Amino acid sequence: MSEHLWMELAQQLFNGLSLGAIYALIAIGYTMVYGIIGMINFAHGELYMIGAYTGLVTLSAVGVYAGLPVWLIVALMLAVAMFVTGVYGFVVEQVAYKPLRGSPRLVALISAIGMSIFLQNWVALGQGARDMAVPSLIPGALRFGSADGFEIFMPYARILIIVVTVVLMTLLTLYIKHSRMGRASRACAQDMHMANLLGIDTNRVVSFTFVLGAVLAAVGGVLIALAVGKLNPFIGFIAGIKAFTAAVLGGIGSIPGAMLGGVILGVAETIAAAYIGSEYKDIVAFALLVSILMFRPSGLLGKPEVEKV
Amino acid sequence: MQGARGFSLRMRDALVATALAAIVLLPVFTLHLERAGTRTVIVPEWRTLLWGCLAVFVVQMLRPLLAKRPRVALPSLPQASAGQRKVLLTAALLLAAVWPFFAGRNAVDIATLTLIYVMLSLGLNVVVGFAGLLDLGFVGFYAVGAYTYALLFHWAGWSFWHALPLAGAASATFGFVLGVPVLRLRGDYLAIVTLGFGEIIRLLLVNMTWLTGGPDGISSIPKPSVFGLEMARNPSVEGGTTFHQFFGLEFQSIHMVIFVYLMALLLALVTLYISNRLIRMPIGRAWEALREDEIACRSLGLNPMKVKLSAFTLGAMFAGFGGAFFAARQGIVNPESFTFIESALILAIVVLGGMGSQLGVIFAAVVLTVLPELAREFSEYRMAVFGAVLVLMMMWRPQGLLPMKRHHVEVPT
Repeated sequence: MSEHLWMELAQQLFNGLSLGAIYALIAIGYTMVYGIIGMINFAHGELYMIGAYTGLVTLSAVGVYAGLPVWLIVALMLAVAMFVTGVYGFVVEQVAYKPLRGSPRLVALISAIGMSIFLQNWVALGQGARDMAVPSLIPGALRFGSADGFEIFMPYARILIIVVTVVLMTLLTLYIKHSRMGRASRACAQDMHMANLLGIDTNRVVSFTFVLGAVLAAVGGVLIALAVGKLNPFIGFIAGIKAFTAAVLGGIGSIPGAMLGGVILGVAETIAAAYIGSEYKDIVAFALLVSILMFRPSGLLGKPEVEKV
Repeated sequence: MQGARGFSLRMRDALVATALAAIVLLPVFTLHLERAGTRTVIVPEWRTLLWGCLAVFVVQMLRPLLAKRPRVALPSLPQASAGQRKVLLTAALLLAAVWPFFAGRNAVDIATLTLIYVMLSLGLNVVVGFAGLLDLGFVGFYAVGAYTYALLFHWAGWSFWHALPLAGAASATFGFVLGVPVLRLRGDYLAIVTLGFGEIIRLLLVNMTWLTGGPDGISSIPKPSVFGLEMARNPSVEGGTTFHQFFGLEFQSIHMVIFVYLMALLLALVTLYISNRLIRMPIGRAWEALREDEIACRSLGLNPMKVKLSAFTLGAMFAGFGGAFFAARQGIVNPESFTFIESALILAIVVLGGMGSQLGVIFAAVVLTVLPELAREFSEYRMAVFGAVLVLMMMWRPQGLLPMKRHHVEVPT
């Protein structure tokens, strides 16, 4: 009996981990943008949605040439979605945020909310507001069963999410640590003005941050679309808020924090859905957000912010 | 020479912008996803791509010309003396009170909705405009007000006028209780937490089916009565008198619509009056001071927590009144009416009108509720345009259409 409970818990942990990986991928964009220009990019969740749509468009376009191996199709979907969404990230920053740099926080935040509403309806106008089915490219699952019938069920699509996320996070950490651009962006996060004086093209760093966040969000979008099997233009809003929760949970501005926060949120949410009731999973996520902000606004791995006159 | 070089540079920029536009347009507006049986196929439509790219190219090439456009004069209100202003105000009020008797039913109904939004935006204006606290969960308090009336009616049979003060009080209590822990946070964190609370309230309304009726909500909520006289064809209680029987009129449903409109007008005016007085009181001054500089305020002996909390609570109270009224007008409440987009709409009204400017807020509320009704055939573009307008406003006129003017005294010379 107790073994049965453990199996169930392991199953929920797996589900939570794959969900949390998606949150982590999106949260990176929030946390890096916040770290550098101190604004909440409210439209970031929409980039994830656009990534998912681009993936589906690519899949449908490639579907004509049937017979390509599945791994190639998935790689193609990811590549195209990353590219297009990266461009979206760049354009959004240029159009909606760059002209507002230096203006009060509320102004930038309202512009971001406007951008978020605009992008949702932009896609709804172009591709229709209804649910779109995504064909399941990666069917099948790993099963660890026990003889009495209860088994742990791990769909390959969800395993892929975890694997890709771990690989990308490792690459990202190395890149931020060792590359020129990574160093420049860390310098900007510490002191934008000083970095500029020392000859760093801060505009490029900001653009780079937006593009990088968008690219990671696109990966999340494509992978979740493959795992869940449907999407609509409004999936980005809730996902965005939750990823933001993850970023805040881990400590906004901190990249490892975003990963940790994503995983904790994903696990908390699936456990809540399993043991309290699935209709309460969003409430749990929001309650987590509210309580983190109230009790530890600097997050688990963040530095407390000092108010300066 | 300079010109040729400038031209080629501009050409390069325009080409880059066009290429970006093509990539942006391609997956959304060109390669349409269509269902064909069980498969999804692509139906390309190259024309939108072509026109879109062309438009971006032309605009980019002409940008230096566009940039030189004369500065648009800010619409500012003509200065009027106190006496003139009084006359104008009275005339406007009279007009607002009289016109529904000569207008169609639909127009009056839309006007009522507009007035509810005026009420809500004046309430949010206290929070965002006066005190500078960005509240993205305002709709939560609106929902609390609406559901307070709906539940009191449903479970206890309360009438609108009995429930109205309680709706305001319930929302104010919510505002106070949520405000205590939340208001310590800085600007954008506050925005997200309030958004979270707004969503939590909505999700609870959806999930507590035993109390709130879940997603279906509560229906057949009665309209307000006139001094105990029901506005209906037949009295709902045996032996009751209805409005038209009492006055010996023939029953017409438009009477009801007009009456609801007039009540909304009254409530909106009360809201306007109260917030107008508040901003001139010490507490209002404290709100504005806090908005401008919190640290300076604290060092001058103001308790920021108390000041913020008062603004938050009062704003929530106005939302509660608006909510109760909304429930009465619709006759039905369900969680669908209280989504984040509603918060965004009310915020957009405040921002568009000019944060802190009451006249601007009223003006924007009228524009943002009447325009969509007029442009019904463009309804699918509505939200996209709405989002774009928010972005553009922040770029061109962050202070709003009719920016707030500080009250000041001019020394006659």
